[in-house]
Amino acid sequence: MELNSRAPAGPIENRWSDHRFHSKLVNPANRRKYKVIVVGSGLAGGAAAASFGEMGYNVSCFCYQDSPRRAHSIAAQGGINAAKNYQNDGDSTYRLFYDTVKGGDFRARESNVYRLAELSVNIIDQCVAQGVPFAREYSGLLDNRSFGGAQVARTFYARGQTGQQLLLGAYQALSRQIEAGTVKMYPRTEMLDLIVVDGRARGIVTRDLVTGKVDAQMGDVVVLCSGGYGNVFYLSTNAKGCNATATWRSHRRGALFANPCYTQIHPTCIPQSGDYQSKLTLMSESLRNDGRVWVPKNPADCSKDPAQIPESERDYYLERLYPSFGNLVPRDIASRRAKDMCDQGRGVGPEVAGVRRGVYLDFGDAIKRLGQKVVAERYDNLFQMYERITGEDPYKVPMRMYPAIHYTMGGLWVDYDLQSTIPGLFVGGEANFSDHGANRLGASALMQGLADGYFILPVTVSNYLASQKAGGVDQHHPAAQATLADVQGRLDKLLAIKGRRTPDSFHRELGALVWDNCGMGRTKEGLEKAIARIPALREEFWQNLTVPGTGEELNQSLEKAGRVADFLEFGELMCRDALHRNESAGGHFREEYQTDDGEAKRNDDEFSYVAAWEYTGDLTKPKLNKEPLTFEYVHPSQRSYK
Amino acid sequence: MSAATTQKALTLTDTSIGKKALLAVSGAILFGFVIQHMLGNLQVFLGPDVYNHYAESIKSNAALVWGVRSVLLVALVTHVVLVIQLYTRSLAARPIGYRVKKNIATSYAAATMKYSGPALLLYILFHLAHFTFPGLSLGGHEFSPMDPYGNFVAGFQIPWVTLLYVSANLLLGMHLYHGGYSLLQSLGLNHPRYNARARLAARGFAFLVTAGNVVMPLAVLFGLVR
Amino acid sequence: MSRTMNLVLNVWRQKGANAPGQFVRYEAKNVNDHMSFLEMLDVVNEELLAKGEDPIAFDHDCREGICGMCGVVIDGVPHGPLGGTTTCQLHMRSFKDGDELTIEPWRAGAFPVVRDLVVDRSAFDRIIQAGGYISVRTGAAPEANSLPIAKVDSDTAFDAATCIGCGACVAACPNASAALFTAAKISHLALLPQGQPERLDRARKMVAQMDAEGFGHCTTHGECEAACPKGISIGFIAKMNRELLTSMATAPNDVNTRK
Ligand SMILES: Cc1cc2nc3c(=O)[nH]c(=O)nc-3n(C[C@H](O)[C@H](O)[C@H](O)COP(=O)(O)OP(=O)(O)OC[C@H]3O[C@@H](n4cnc5c(N)ncnc54)[C@H](O)[C@@H]3O)c2cc1C
Ligand code: HEM
Ligand code: HEM
Ligand code: SF4
Ligand code: F3S
Ligand code: FES
Repeated sequence: MELNSRAPAGPIENRWSDHRFHSKLVNPANRRKYKVIVVGSGLAGGAAAASFGEMGYNVSCFCYQDSPRRAHSIAAQGGINAAKNYQNDGDSTYRLFYDTVKGGDFRARESNVYRLAELSVNIIDQCVAQGVPFAREYSGLLDNRSFGGAQVARTFYARGQTGQQLLLGAYQALSRQIEAGTVKMYPRTEMLDLIVVDGRARGIVTRDLVTGKVDAQMGDVVVLCSGGYGNVFYLSTNAKGCNATATWRSHRRGALFANPCYTQIHPTCIPQSGDYQSKLTLMSESLRNDGRVWVPKNPADCSKDPAQIPESERDYYLERLYPSFGNLVPRDIASRRAKDMCDQGRGVGPEVAGVRRGVYLDFGDAIKRLGQKVVAERYDNLFQMYERITGEDPYKVPMRMYPAIHYTMGGLWVDYDLQSTIPGLFVGGEANFSDHGANRLGASALMQGLADGYFILPVTVSNYLASQKAGGVDQHHPAAQATLADVQGRLDKLLAIKGRRTPDSFHRELGALVWDNCGMGRTKEGLEKAIARIPALREEFWQNLTVPGTGEELNQSLEKAGRVADFLEFGELMCRDALHRNESAGGHFREEYQTDDGEAKRNDDEFSYVAAWEYTGDLTKPKLNKEPLTFEYVHPSQRSYK
Repeated sequence: MSAATTQKALTLTDTSIGKKALLAVSGAILFGFVIQHMLGNLQVFLGPDVYNHYAESIKSNAALVWGVRSVLLVALVTHVVLVIQLYTRSLAARPIGYRVKKNIATSYAAATMKYSGPALLLYILFHLAHFTFPGLSLGGHEFSPMDPYGNFVAGFQIPWVTLLYVSANLLLGMHLYHGGYSLLQSLGLNHPRYNARARLAARGFAFLVTAGNVVMPLAVLFGLVR
Repeated sequence: MSRTMNLVLNVWRQKGANAPGQFVRYEAKNVNDHMSFLEMLDVVNEELLAKGEDPIAFDHDCREGICGMCGVVIDGVPHGPLGGTTTCQLHMRSFKDGDELTIEPWRAGAFPVVRDLVVDRSAFDRIIQAGGYISVRTGAAPEANSLPIAKVDSDTAFDAATCIGCGACVAACPNASAALFTAAKISHLALLPQGQPERLDRARKMVAQMDAEGFGHCTTHGECEAACPKGISIGFIAKMNRELLTSMATAPNDVNTRK
């Protein structure tokens, strides 16, 4: 398949404005005739639905939670970037663009990234106008902090709850449109499939999670903002309900899936405490500004009380390996080193499945240097959160940290208009692959979700609709009926297996499998092992799953089962993508491809492309399509943090 | 504009909060009355002449008496009616209760408002009958409108009467202990800087009223006032 | 490091909104004290599934105390005994071996039970829809720093804005009042300059909707504040009352309410 990014040419700073000017408009009087389906009410979906409604389109918005306000965007702690240069530290749109392309390890599309940087400033204006209470200085002006090792302070934040406040802003805008009658909200409703009519996305099949009613929702365009697929790993910092169903089902209907192997691991999460563990909790990256990371030199000390381990017996490995950056090395490096230490048997904390997976993040020195008061001012809310979860007091006992899956850069392939390879199917937010390349910089996902939702999709979707005549197909259309039947059949099948294993047990097994083989460090052998195992697991799933109850009621096991079924298919593609990419880039680290000092080694000659996978009907034989990446402005270079 | 979707600008009685504000005002009026009423009654410690003269001086001013009475009546009726409305509402708000419910923050006084209130109502009715309309001749003492002091002393020499007044006024104290603070919330009279003091004041008055009102009957019963 | 305990749970089971419900007794064995409360329920559910029984339905999503989806009443206290936390952030170390716990859904007419411990909180969404927003058109916003906001105001607004919409305030309130939730949003927006133009209308509309949903009134019990995982202060309820009374005194026009 010929992949055309439709990225405009010309000077990069004019591309978006030119493109906007050339995008077609829909006459305001006609807009309400167009039905826009938005899946998701997070930053991307919520912002998009609100904006479409305001423009006068007839919008239906779906989310699986009981309220649109609960989308997982709510959990973002750190902040959101914007090139406002309020701190006068030399920031600019171009610098944010530059940092993001570089941070993405040269695997992102320049035009998209520049647009993102350009729009970042409008996002802050928009959110402040909505009443988002960003942190302020005593002057009453907005405060910024430097985040994730950036040299400029361009991150806007609202205590440790930036995502929550931004989402509530979008939720309120959405609520306003619901009140105005332009948006119809469908909470507790899950999209289970995409309806494609004559090659165009014309609707979705949904299940009402309360009544179990399966329905065909028809529209003129479908906008997917259903979030990331981090939960394929079972344990992640995602919410329990986060799933790949919406994107995966669309993939099976013809949308290409791009770069699934680009997953981001966050170095500072609270380690697993037992095999009952249901999710992992992230601790803000800012902790590494003052905390020192160490493990015992001697494996024998690992079971000891850290207070009993003398300085001389501690290995501050990040400071040792990276004298200049020390504890502030980028996420992927900090994560991999932590894994190495634990693999060497020098991990700390409780043994889970025979291994101690944790490293110390020690504030002892910071408290000595700054005093407990200052440390408390900076981190108290985080310390409390940590103590609530672990029962240990970080002021006394060093924190224990371990990396966890946190964000997924891959997603459905989209062009510059955020349109997938299925005309009429647009994808925004974490669900698409667009802007972060192989590795996302801190505080840039919130930015992307809102840029897509508030500013990009309204333009590009209108442009699409302008060339379509409204309506024309309803749920009686054979294609709609066929998709409905597929979904109903799948649900009945899940309920009919009546085997012995629970959805969670399959999910845990899959999660462990991909985490071990397609997690922080990946090898050919490991990936091949996983690729061999997953189909077998899938097979067993369809033989031996147990789901009690019926489909005509609130049935949380059935919901899980459906999501796990899709992860079982998606997981294989993720591993195949990782296997095919014979290089290390950003979040994708193939141990075979590293520099002598253990850094990711890109192979720009062979792999400077987007890997967009096509569903062929045979899960074991996905077809690879390539979108070559060219860099006119930021020229690929090898990063080094020594 | 169909009636279903629009509503005239709200009046106080349209919302629970408006009602609550009125309740607070009526409560405040009653609160004010019991304070001054207590102060007046405390004059019984100054002997028959002073007390009777005080009573007389009020009663001689018909305008004042009926003015006050009507205000009190309106306040009390409003208070009671609103309470009934608000409580039918809050009962309906939780059709199915908890098997186990712990209160962590609320005070005993707050939790018992709905009992102390009605009890006060009964008390007030008895109290009016006792001293005013018609005025009861208890314990062989002939009630005499001309001699409030006499009625007062005679009444409280009877242990059960005193017991009744004392307990009723303890209830009143509880009612006001929470009520005095709650009315500030209801009227939105709240400022982080002054909250603590305002609450203290409200509770202080509640305490004084109770103390004053409890001392009098006891003083009579124990012969300090005779 | 970790203890294990055995517990007895009396859990409210109810198949559907209109089905009758009752308490059912379950035993939770070998519960690790590092488990979260919901992980403990997960374990119980896995055992039920193994026996082919319907697992206990309960709402949850983020499991890190921010989405506001979780919430059950544990031994008479919404979100359980540990103050300032959500059910998902409550860990079993707050309990001891042999404890017998009663687990009930939020109880309020405006929060009908959907199934077991799952309730319908859409009333909260309707209260926000009635006016809990600032009407700003996408793309029509002025430069963010063009309007400085005193730090104290934006911090206080933030305190109110941290509400996660969990409904524990309603569950805890003896009158099943939604005062704290509604007050938090009204106060958040009333404290900011951007919120001024719609300020009084907002208070009227949201309170009218709050009443229309059938929540009880506020008697200043303070149970809501005590149960609130975000420690939202009932000082905001006083603020809401003030906002509403001012708007009644000054409102010229009609307001819309949706029920
Ligand atoms: C713990 C944590 C901390 C983070 N911190 C930061 C940070 O500090 N800065 C930053 O920039 N980024 C951060 N991120 C990343 C960022 O929060 C997310 O990438 C971003 O919010 C995703 O937004 P979204 O709108 O694309 O998806 P989401 O917010 O996840 O929304 C997905 C929506 O889709 C709906 N949905 C999903 N599947 C279906 C279905 N099948 N049917 C119907 N509806 C469905 C859901 O109900 C939900 O409404 C963090 C992420 C996590 C997990
Ligand atoms: C001397 C007589 C009384 C005084 C001084 C008084 C005073 C008050 C005050 C100040 C309040 C607080 C209002 C608020 O919270 O805003 C109150 C509340 C209340 N009063 Fe009274 N009251 C009196 C009599 C009664 C009577 C006769 C009843 C019985 C029906 C009653 C029932 C209540 C109840 C139930 C409340 C709580 C209302 C609520 O907050 O929901 N009171 N009262
Ligand atoms: C121990 C405490 C109290 C004592 C000793 C007391 C005494 C009296 C006396 C002697 C009178 C009659 C006055 C007269 O006829 O000249 C009276 C009238 C009255 N009392 Fe009290 N009282 C007490 C508490 C209260 C309380 C708590 C209330 C309110 C809840 C109250 C409400 C009234 C009212 C409404 C009248 C009628 C006033 C009138 O004539 O218009 N009293 N009281
Ligand atoms: S006010 Fe507190 S308890 Fe009530 S919904 Fe908000 S967060 Fe929950
Ligand atoms: S508990 Fe209820 S009574 Fe008021 S103060 Fe809180 S809403
Ligand atoms: S599950 Fe999100 S707050 Fe508890």
